[in-house]
Amino acid sequence: MFAFTVWLSATIMFAIPQLAPGDPVSAMVTRLTQQAGFVEGSAGMIEAWRERFGLDDPLLIQYAQYLKNMLTFDYGYSLSQFPVEVETMIADAIPWTIGLLTIATIISFIAGTVVGALMAWRRSPALLRLLLPLTLTFTAIPFFILGMLLIYLFVFGLEIFPVAGGYDSTAMPGFNVDFIASVIEHGTLPALSIVIGSMGFWALGMRGMMITIEGEDYLTLAQAKGLNPLRILFRYQIRNAILPQFTALMLSFGHIVGGTVLVEYIFGYPGTGSLLFRALSNSDFTVTQGIVFILILTTAAAVLVVDLIYPLLDPRITYERSST
Amino acid sequence: MTRDMTRSGEPLLRIDDVHVHYGRVIAVNGVDLTVSRGETLGLVGESGSGKSTLAMAILRLITPPGRIVSGRIHLNGVDILSTGGRQLRQLRWTDVSLIPQGSMNSLNPVMRIGDQIQDAIEAHDRRQTKDSLRQRVLSLLDMVRLPARVYGMYPHELSGGMKQRVCIAMAIALGPSLIIADEPTSALDVVVQKTVAETLLKVKEELNSSMILVGHDMALQAQLVDRIAVMYAGNIVEVAPVAELFSNPVHAYTRHLIASVPSITERKPLVVKEFQRPDLTTARPKPELREVSPGHLVALDDEHSDRRTSGEASEREEVIPRG
Repeated sequence: MFAFTVWLSATIMFAIPQLAPGDPVSAMVTRLTQQAGFVEGSAGMIEAWRERFGLDDPLLIQYAQYLKNMLTFDYGYSLSQFPVEVETMIADAIPWTIGLLTIATIISFIAGTVVGALMAWRRSPALLRLLLPLTLTFTAIPFFILGMLLIYLFVFGLEIFPVAGGYDSTAMPGFNVDFIASVIEHGTLPALSIVIGSMGFWALGMRGMMITIEGEDYLTLAQAKGLNPLRILFRYQIRNAILPQFTALMLSFGHIVGGTVLVEYIFGYPGTGSLLFRALSNSDFTVTQGIVFILILTTAAAVLVVDLIYPLLDPRITYERSST
Repeated sequence: MTRDMTRSGEPLLRIDDVHVHYGRVIAVNGVDLTVSRGETLGLVGESGSGKSTLAMAILRLITPPGRIVSGRIHLNGVDILSTGGRQLRQLRWTDVSLIPQGSMNSLNPVMRIGDQIQDAIEAHDRRQTKDSLRQRVLSLLDMVRLPARVYGMYPHELSGGMKQRVCIAMAIALGPSLIIADEPTSALDVVVQKTVAETLLKVKEELNSSMILVGHDMALQAQLVDRIAVMYAGNIVEVAPVAELFSNPVHAYTRHLIASVPSITERKPLVVKEFQRPDLTTARPKPELREVSPGHLVALDDEHSDRRTSGEASEREEVIPRG
């Protein structure tokens, strides 16, 4: 199942650029031409590079070569920054994105789920239940507008956070206090915009499930048993309501590698989102393919992980034949 | 347990003039009822008659938009309706427990059976070791004739009848003085119904608890209960010892209920009498109950009940308009 998903997605990814008009090599040479005014022997260059990238081979051979490269993580050279290998570019960008998004997603998941649970809980204080929907208003604002709002407020207004980048140029990259502090400082605003922007998604999902479970007979019985209301909330209501939330969380972990393109772009964050954005605007097919393939791999892996750990969360799901 | 109150004549449960409304719907319209110690009371009536609502009111489990508008419910001398918070939680399960409808969803699907019985015990009685708690649960399972392996199983691994036995084991865990069984067998097939009903009766007798058996299965009621209260449109229209009620039903609705029990010896035509139910949203007077024979009370304030014996009166095609 895992292998099939990956193969199918990779094939589609191979096919789509074939259908699109344009040719990365001629596009790049054209750009070079525009920058330099005139490039000597540009036609020859196009020819040579097309051959170098195997663009003149029959489609089937290109396809076979493509599959082999994908599976061996060999994505070739970047078309727009020629001597740099795609692998290196992705490897440089991935830790930034994974770090930022893992933390932001987890915070958003926890905060959103708690908010959603409290919104549905009958014993929540009335004031809290009035305030919570307000926090959800931000969900209606797209990430990037929220990002600009935050930049305006905290960078230009209060001057608390730096405007862009992943770390201060004065800090030496490495495992030292200055660098880590700088990374946290730079990551706060992008993370905040993601958390605020996506919290409502978790909250609404959780609230819906909580309300569904409110009507279940086992909740009535738990109340009849005279259990502590907090125990009922956690062991009976939240424990059951959180199951679909968890699936969604795993899937969004799978998407992390793709980054949140606009957020990273606005904050000038050096992650895969920015990389993908640049690759797309430069028609850099090899980089795009590399990122998308990694994205497919992680998403498929996330689904696999969900399948593997779900039986631990929900005893009703099992992959053995049950004997009753 | 405090059995001395029996001798003083005070019933275990006394319900006085309880009204429960769901928004504009008057679901329970002033019910008076008593249950003595050790007694099993059947509470019968059609869907929407208010029988389950009344049962839930005793447990204070009416959820919004429903609310108990007025009345008093005394259990063991404690006014349940004036309790709240911790006191109410302590009272639940130690004094009154619930056996829910034999549906598939009464047990938490993600908790093991043993844990679900244990948390009921632990919520009220913390002074015991893990091991003695486990022993206690195992002996409860044994009482309802379930194998010990059920302890570590999840609800989805059990059949409907087994789940219902788990609910019975849970309900008797703390030896409550009153067990409310809300149609405990209605979702089970007939053979399982019978064994579950037998288990219910057996454990009830071992504990000497009282029980309110809510249901509409007159045949089951006839086997299990001491006294039957018939509810119709939010009111009790007839209460009598079970033998008396079956041999001499007075209220038209009671006769209708008894007549709908199918019989093997005579083939009756399937007559469905149209009982026109009153509009439950309008305020209506609470019918006055009069004693027609010792312990047999009937609502006699309308013309649809009479004192004649059932044999003479049974041919009347009746409509009960009230309100």
